[in-house]
Amino acid sequence: MQRFILQRLVALVPTLFGISIIVFLVMRLIPGDTISAMIGTQYKLTEVQAASLRAYFGLDKSLPEQYWIWITNALQGNFGFSVRSGQPVLGEILNRFPLTLELALGAVIVGLLIGLPVGILSAVKRDSFLDLFGRLFSLVGLALPNFWLGTIIILVLSLYLGILPNSGNYVEFTQNPLLNLQQILFPAITLGLAFSASVMRATRSSLLEELFQDYARTARGKGLREQAVIVGHCLKNALIPVITLVGVEMGYLLGGAIVVEEVYALPGVGRLLLNGISQRDYAVVQGAVIFIAFNFVIINLLADLAYAFVNPRIRYE
Amino acid sequence: MKSTLRRKLPRLLRYPAANIGLLLVAIYLIVAVFAGVLAPYSPIEQRAADRLQEPGAHHLFGTDEFGRDILSRLMHGASSSLRIALFAVGLATLIGTAIGMLSGYAGGIADNAIMRVMDLFFAFPAILLALSIVAALGPGATNTILAIAVVYTPIFARVARGPVLAIKEMEFVAAARCVGSNHLQILTRHILPNMVAPIIVQVSLALSWAMLTEAALSFLGLGTQPPQPSWGSMLSESRRMMEIAPWMAISPGLAIMLGVLGFNLLGDGLRDALDPRLRM
Repeated sequence: MQRFILQRLVALVPTLFGISIIVFLVMRLIPGDTISAMIGTQYKLTEVQAASLRAYFGLDKSLPEQYWIWITNALQGNFGFSVRSGQPVLGEILNRFPLTLELALGAVIVGLLIGLPVGILSAVKRDSFLDLFGRLFSLVGLALPNFWLGTIIILVLSLYLGILPNSGNYVEFTQNPLLNLQQILFPAITLGLAFSASVMRATRSSLLEELFQDYARTARGKGLREQAVIVGHCLKNALIPVITLVGVEMGYLLGGAIVVEEVYALPGVGRLLLNGISQRDYAVVQGAVIFIAFNFVIINLLADLAYAFVNPRIRYE
Repeated sequence: MKSTLRRKLPRLLRYPAANIGLLLVAIYLIVAVFAGVLAPYSPIEQRAADRLQEPGAHHLFGTDEFGRDILSRLMHGASSSLRIALFAVGLATLIGTAIGMLSGYAGGIADNAIMRVMDLFFAFPAILLALSIVAALGPGATNTILAIAVVYTPIFARVARGPVLAIKEMEFVAAARCVGSNHLQILTRHILPNMVAPIIVQVSLALSWAMLTEAALSFLGLGTQPPQPSWGSMLSESRRMMEIAPWMAISPGLAIMLGVLGFNLLGDGLRDALDPRLRM
């Protein structure tokens, strides 16, 4: 297992390096002059002013040089400063990351709480009314845009039930756990519903496969009750692909959180990124994109490791 | 190949879910293509007298804060959603399939290098990559097309490469080589026709994702720009009026959901009919 972890960690280096190059290059796609893009159209700069700003931001250097300066700074935790707030980008990101992570974790919990039981029931009662309902649920769940679901939840809560999700003044978990959970509940449901549909699908198909394996037939043959066969034997094996799914989807939930944070006006990394885009604060955009992408890769790595841990066959391949 | 597709495609009709998908996609396509004829009103003309009308006989889905007919905007929104999804997925299919085929056919170091670069794009949540590209290029329909195409190109490259690795070792490819076919002829006449099935399946699923992404980007103000209607931006506009005109939020979301559901069901049906080994 140690060798497996080491191999994966080594493989991580070129991936992170590649991500940094892609993010760097994408941010250089900005058409025209970056300085004018940052300043906006309301101010007119003289040639000298623009040149000195370009030199200040290192934009007068060649692309490889710019990349080298940026990556060496980034490796030391310096992602530059926000043009709008004047604060270090990394600090702004780290301040907001606990909320984004909490939202993604909340969505995973919602997804598992709904997806696992529905998937298991759907597989066990195959072709029944329950199964039909489960499959319909997964189809709709996967097609439901989370920004619409969020909008509808807010609409129903505020207009018909008179409850506001109360996410305007976000309170951290450590300050007031109850209020924090109340604020995160509906965003987590919004983000987690599509995930629960994926979990349901994976659990159903994986459990169906296991239910017809030889070992399950043997267990039934030696007189075990069906419930014991399912819980004691099949479910353990059926959940292995679900663990991978949780890992992979957890990364995607970080992406989905961008939209959900906007819907509920939650001050997470996603909202920081969107504000950065609308305010042309490219240091913030670059920093937030690379931060989310790095986390995505690391979560995928952890999922791989968890998968290898529960499924020894993977380690020896 | 054509005969294989012709033999396998009718199987699609055996799956009830695929039939529903086909129906939803057909409705979506008809509405999108004939929006100009079918829409009862102009999608952008503002009529102050008709502001915030509830759904009724004159305006089936009601009107928005500028008095624009929501049904007409939905129909024209279908056109822009279809145009963006088709161009983006078309571009990704062409470029991705070409890269995947060349990579798999070349093999060795070139294959390894190309696919490692493609893998890098999988290291981003798809919406984040699309968002970054639109953020850099600027909002708008053309840049949304480019962003979605960039995100989907590596997926098509991966889908195309796998079958090429297997097919290029087959006897009929060796036979084609023996009779003097060059690499281009082998790739286009012998390999490509045998790998159409997984690509068709992927196109259907990609269209559903492209629709969803276009709507998400427009919702965030980065996709189709006002006053042109887009399902995502309509939904975003509805949030300002939520308390006095809740109907504005219902129909655009429902349209997105049904469109995505249609392509998902069709994609699942195509997969079962054309390539059952891919079934989950």
